Amino acid sequence: MLSALRPLARPATGAFRNLASVKSTTQTLRFSAVRFVSTRYTTDHEWVSFDSNTNIGTVGITDYAQKALGDVVFVELPAQGNEIAQGDSIGAVESVKAASDIYAPVSGVIDEINETLADQPGLLNKAPQGDGWLCKVKLSDPAEFEALLEADAYKAHCEGA
Amino acid sequence: MLVLRPALRCARAPSSLSRLSVSRGFATTLRRAEELHKTPLYDFHVKNAAKMVPFAGWSMPLSYGEVGQITAHKHVRSSAGLFDVSHMLQHNFTGPTAQSFLLTLCPSSLASLPPFSSTLSVLLNEVGGIIDDTIITKHSDDAFYVVTNAGRAKEDKEFITKQLAKWNAEHKDGEKVKWETLEGWGLLALQGPKAKDVVQGMTDKDLSEIKFGQSAFVELDNGKGDKVKCHLARGGYTGEDGFEISIPPAEAVAIGERIAQHPDVLLIGLGARDSLRLEAGMCLYGHDLDESISPVEAGLSWVIGKDRRAEDATPTFPGKSRILTELAKGPGKRRVGFEVIGAPAREGSKIFDAAGTKQIGVITSGIPSPSLGTNIAMGYIENGQHKKGTEVKVEVRKKLRDAVVRPMPFVPTKYYK
Repeated sequence: MLSALRPLARPATGAFRNLASVKSTTQTLRFSAVRFVSTRYTTDHEWVSFDSNTNIGTVGITDYAQKALGDVVFVELPAQGNEIAQGDSIGAVESVKAASDIYAPVSGVIDEINETLADQPGLLNKAPQGDGWLCKVKLSDPAEFEALLEADAYKAHCEGA
Repeated sequence: MLVLRPALRCARAPSSLSRLSVSRGFATTLRRAEELHKTPLYDFHVKNAAKMVPFAGWSMPLSYGEVGQITAHKHVRSSAGLFDVSHMLQHNFTGPTAQSFLLTLCPSSLASLPPFSSTLSVLLNEVGGIIDDTIITKHSDDAFYVVTNAGRAKEDKEFITKQLAKWNAEHKDGEKVKWETLEGWGLLALQGPKAKDVVQGMTDKDLSEIKFGQSAFVELDNGKGDKVKCHLARGGYTGEDGFEISIPPAEAVAIGERIAQHPDVLLIGLGARDSLRLEAGMCLYGHDLDESISPVEAGLSWVIGKDRRAEDATPTFPGKSRILTELAKGPGKRRVGFEVIGAPAREGSKIFDAAGTKQIGVITSGIPSPSLGTNIAMGYIENGQHKKGTEVKVEVRKKLRDAVVRPMPFVPTKYYK
């Protein structure tokens, strides 16, 4: 938490500012005492925000990723109800210059996809860790989530990349 | 997901541009900067917040500041964009037999090319494959200015060195050809509908006299009170009106700065250069062209001069028998354009027949078109399936997508003729 607030001279700063806002949502939800929501990251520059109450993880790409991609013009997502396994290619995010696979960060069943992205793929650039989320997954193995990177470790990964 | 893994996947990435552009580039640019060549405008790019990436052995701008590829792309189509293309290799061939020598490397009709005119051409290997694509500008029968690709500099130099040694051994003093490459010179491309106004503001030469495909030596104001003699060729790699300006090494930065100061001009990197050329239906060597592909297969039969096609026409050009056969009977495959429905196809995507059962080709370049909003691509398809309107399938992420053969250019060219 502290590290997210520490001013950083690195480009990753933006990512963590956004992250801070994600966390503030977490705080509100935590107020209900039984619920636990936290966000973790993959080395493929995805984030998962996991709600232990519903067993649903929201998946998106990080700010670092959207910056590297440039203007996103097309997003292909898996269909609702699809079963996915961690590491599967489940879709793609495309800029003019390149297609980047979306790899399932966790295993489970697709509970919902962000339909808005079909008309507004630019949301991935504007709010990658907010309105630009990709899909929600009902986790089949929450232990997979626990093994993903925490914010500090992800930040270190980006800086060392 | 993103970025790191696709960076290593050649089949998925559309071009070397994209491979270099993703995050892998950020780290390796720093490490490799010392090994990479720098154009005379390197510091200028850095000063202008360019994202520098390795490209064909050079450190080149991919984009500038926060300007995205779509904004940059559209600015060129509506106004004017400045590209540093100094990484490309500039050559001069001079001497009384210069024209005859070049005729032995390429299939173009150089005899009928008027002075200070340019043509697209190809350097050919012995089996009619394309060693490189090139622009040849004739100044006179004994003086030619040639521009070739940075990524093929080594192969081109080896090929020319070998052919020239043979040529000069067969010709006596006074008939030999002299070849020089313009190392360290600047080459700037200013492209877009406003390009002519920008350059006109720097010269007394009436630019309306220089049409598409023509060139001239003109004096350009460098913004410091000096006039600099530059080679100005009307044309480019975007389909727009524009110029390619060859500038002596010491003046490249001043001329670049002078052009960039113009309020209509935006600096444009390799990213938008790739999407602009693809909309214009132009080839990128190493993707749409390689040493196995003939100009007939590549849809470049028009570069083969009429006067070069007769069996007994001399001098002959490399790979002539294959090329004449393909002209007469049709090649096995042809480069054509596609519109792909649903998802953009990228380099390496397989093309299937309409039933989706038989592979009949492969995509070599593809993007979501910033100008059109549709997914455009080019690739090679079996002869017979190449006619426009032919419905095919293209495989993207293991799914077959509908696609249609489309004529190129995708975006109409706007040359000054």
